[in-house]
Amino acid sequence: MNEAVLATIVAIAAASLRLATPYLFASIGEMFAQRSGVLNLGVDGIMLVGAFAAFYGTLTTGSVWVGVAVAMVAGLAMGLLMSVISVTLKAEQGISGIGLSLFGLGLSSLLFKVLVGTVKTVDGFRPIHIPLLSDLPYLGDIFFSQNLTVYVAFLLVPVSWYVLERTPWGLTVRAVGQNPAAADTLGVNVTVVRYLCVCLGAVLAGLAGAALSIASVNLFQENLTAGAGYIAVALVYFGGWRPVGILMGALLFSTVTAIQLRMQVLGIEMPSDFAVMLPYVLTIVALTFSANRARQPAALNQPFERGVA
Amino acid sequence: MAPGTGSAPGARGAPGARGARGRRGRDILGYALGASLPLLAVVAALLVGAVMLLFLDADPIAAYGALIEGAFGGTSGITQSLVKATPLLLVGLGICIAFRASVINIGAEGQIILGAVAATWFSLQFRTWPGWLLIPCTIVIGFAAGAFWGFIPGILKARMRVNEILTTVMMNAIALQFMNFMIRGPLIDPAGVEAGQYLAQSEKVPEQVWLMRLVPQTLLHAGIFIALALAVATYVFLWRTTIGYRIRAVGLNPDASQYAGIRVPVYQALSLTLAGGLAGVAGAVEVIGVQHRLLDGITSGYGFSGIVTALFGGLHPLGTIPASFVFGGLLVGADKMQRAVQVPSSLIQAILGLIVLFVVGSQYWARRRAARRMDSNVNVAASAAAAEETPA
Amino acid sequence: MKIRTSLMATAALSLIVVACGNAATTSAPASSTPEPSTAPASEAASTAPEVTPAPAAEPFRVAVIMPSSTTDLAFSQSMYAALVAEQEKAGGEANFEIKFTENMFNVPDAQAAIRDYASQGFDLVVAHGSQYGAGVEEIAKDFPEVSFAWGTDVNTFGLPNVFAYTAAAEEGGYVNGVLAALVSTTKKIGVTGPVEVGDAKTYIDGFTQGVTATDPSIKVSKTWTGSFSDVAAMTEAAKAHITAGADVLTGSSQSVVGSIGAAKDAGNVLWFGTQSDQVSLAPTLVVASQVYDWTVVLDDIITKIQSGTLGGEIYTLKLENGGLKIAYNSGYALAADAKAAGDKAIADITSGAVTVTP
Repeated sequence: MNEAVLATIVAIAAASLRLATPYLFASIGEMFAQRSGVLNLGVDGIMLVGAFAAFYGTLTTGSVWVGVAVAMVAGLAMGLLMSVISVTLKAEQGISGIGLSLFGLGLSSLLFKVLVGTVKTVDGFRPIHIPLLSDLPYLGDIFFSQNLTVYVAFLLVPVSWYVLERTPWGLTVRAVGQNPAAADTLGVNVTVVRYLCVCLGAVLAGLAGAALSIASVNLFQENLTAGAGYIAVALVYFGGWRPVGILMGALLFSTVTAIQLRMQVLGIEMPSDFAVMLPYVLTIVALTFSANRARQPAALNQPFERGVA
Repeated sequence: MAPGTGSAPGARGAPGARGARGRRGRDILGYALGASLPLLAVVAALLVGAVMLLFLDADPIAAYGALIEGAFGGTSGITQSLVKATPLLLVGLGICIAFRASVINIGAEGQIILGAVAATWFSLQFRTWPGWLLIPCTIVIGFAAGAFWGFIPGILKARMRVNEILTTVMMNAIALQFMNFMIRGPLIDPAGVEAGQYLAQSEKVPEQVWLMRLVPQTLLHAGIFIALALAVATYVFLWRTTIGYRIRAVGLNPDASQYAGIRVPVYQALSLTLAGGLAGVAGAVEVIGVQHRLLDGITSGYGFSGIVTALFGGLHPLGTIPASFVFGGLLVGADKMQRAVQVPSSLIQAILGLIVLFVVGSQYWARRRAARRMDSNVNVAASAAAAEETPA
Repeated sequence: MKIRTSLMATAALSLIVVACGNAATTSAPASSTPEPSTAPASEAASTAPEVTPAPAAEPFRVAVIMPSSTTDLAFSQSMYAALVAEQEKAGGEANFEIKFTENMFNVPDAQAAIRDYASQGFDLVVAHGSQYGAGVEEIAKDFPEVSFAWGTDVNTFGLPNVFAYTAAAEEGGYVNGVLAALVSTTKKIGVTGPVEVGDAKTYIDGFTQGVTATDPSIKVSKTWTGSFSDVAAMTEAAKAHITAGADVLTGSSQSVVGSIGAAKDAGNVLWFGTQSDQVSLAPTLVVASQVYDWTVVLDDIITKIQSGTLGGEIYTLKLENGGLKIAYNSGYALAADAKAAGDKAIADITSGAVTVTP
């Protein structure tokens, strides 16, 4: 095969793994929340707060691990806020999510302005060189020369599957999302389960933000995510609330994104706007024609009130 | 069931007469408290905001004074709030219809764009037509374009069971790129190209399609009447027509509706289409009423703030009217606040987010009060009925 | 949510707030400082015969409205930095007051801001965004004593109190292109742009012309991300160019920080900037930046206002008038012959020997 074409394919594959990482973190997190019955549209705002937290932590201490820790704490805080509003106060989840997104956007931009002031780069996660594996032709570049966040994100897929499908706690979560009243009568504390899931989702969303600010672009700017959080929520639906499905969706989206950017480089004639549209169009097409159509958790977006049907 | 706050059954004379007066008094108090709940929530959010302002060395009193003055102070404030309220109301009406059918329409941003692009293209294309013909046609075209953009997720949901959250989020991004393409391509302002500027805006739409300005030196335009008329129309549609009834039935209980012979997917798709159409009208009205051309950023986030507006209005078309005015005022006032105390606009954004969170959260107590009142009404009615049955 | 309760709630809320709003305007509002709009005119007229921009009793008051953040390292920052420079030149805040509103990408909001500042008696209101034009046209008519400066465009609407300004970004683009063609060793250059409009388009068109004029064999590939704010997309686009072999990159808009980051990651990819000096992000990799120096325009505008002329001029930042500067990065060792070629390009454009078409 033509050397240049092969090189391009390798580059696209490597890029798609890298681009999928934030979506994987955020989507799998949102999956847990939705499986327990809570729709969290605030993912974008949580990602932004997490991104800034990670950036600021790394900027001030020089350690990416501090950045990761701060991002997780920030995500947890946002998750608790969402839980109080949506689970305890049983608010309309669609708009509390939008409110949270707005708050996250404003807060992250404000803190950035006040604490940092101007755009700066940080030394984030670097691609890891694995002896032997990284040097494999082609496969080495694609699979074994990524930074740590990429590996963690992909590891999340089997881990979350296992937790959700093979552990008692996962069963509890699924039960709460399907029929909270029944779970309640069996002694499950629906509120606690939902809190845990929303917070877990938020922590993962915070990590998604960190994957952006200290691994991918290695800087922070206002509205860094540019709406990626909403795409992540959409991918949960695409994936049928299952980790593998989400992985497929994230990879589809990121691969087409990687292709469309390189298409412009390769000089393929297409108005740039239509090229940018491609990932979104293909995602809809893919879902429309895929045979699999899982049903959403029955209690999704319905606050639970004991004694009320 | 919690024991009601109503009086004991009719052992004391006429069934609950004195109790009824007491209950009415409590009801009024309840209404007053319930109505003031969102206000209290807003105040709570503003208090948190005040702390943040203090951190930034800004004076909260001055800031919030500016907020209120900017939103509702004088001609300038009120007209600006109304200008903002118009698209919020239109989008909110569409959200009302969709939510009533239990369909979540996050695609309003894209639908606004389609309406705006279509209105611009149409009015430029037929620029020789007289105003009385061009204006209604342009608005109808805007509706049609937005409806089309809502129809696609609708039909995919109805026929292929593709979830509308996924499709509408994707359609938003697609619409944005489509607008970019049109603005820098077929619709680009020829005057700008000649001047070597290549600005991201279209040619000015012909003057006869401009909506009439109502108050001199302000942006307030006749679109507000269009929005109000559509609000009433939406109310009539949802509560006084068969189709509207079916849409609400589908939302309240899809299984029962299906059993009763209502084709649920059809009405869900219809509700998305109508919601898209109304958002499309918002886009058209922004073009011919406010901007007089298509430009980058025409949606101004109304697709999302319209959702908040609809929910603040209780998902009722008539309730959305005051809600859009209040929320529009909040947005306008927030800008004024930024100018007055010179804080970063992101602080304002954060406070707005908090307001949404607090107001939506505060509904908890409103619901509890409503549930308790319902329980008490049930109890009183039941005991009154029981009292009537037993011989006095 | 109970419908009736919410209906009452919002109705009550709106009534209360309207009442408060009216009360707030009738009682002296602490926020805005309404000065009669005739004040600045009389000040300007009275100071005219006495002194040129020297500390008069009243400070020179400027308000600026911008579509993005003051820290965007691009369009808005360039104007804000210029105003701050003018403030320093005038001797500090006592003599030169700046009020700003940023992130005004919503045009009606921006118009409200422009009108608001105008009614507060500012001497100069800078509407720094091409989308604000319609607003300036209307509002300037209502405030004939306030001077409005608007950009980037070349239209003063025939009004006596409107200045228009723009930047011939294609000129600096050309020079950058010449330099880029000479420093590239792989003969592949990448361009990452937002949307193909405005001065992003004109800059990149000029850049491409500069490259072609110097070395036609070089391949310039362009990627448009479709967004002015999507940093991650810029990073990815830049990486795409880099893996395709480009060793020189350029681009425009505030999201370009992503491309610079990618260049830095790759370690040896060079960068050419525009609108602002982006050296701070990659101290050893930025070769040169086209810097918009709005002080050239502002100096003249301020002098004119203080002598009574409130508008009617169109300014273009060009290499010729010093409004566009090519800032060579001292942290990068530019080859002598490349610098000579760059300087020659600047001279050619200035003298008119070379014309760059946007």
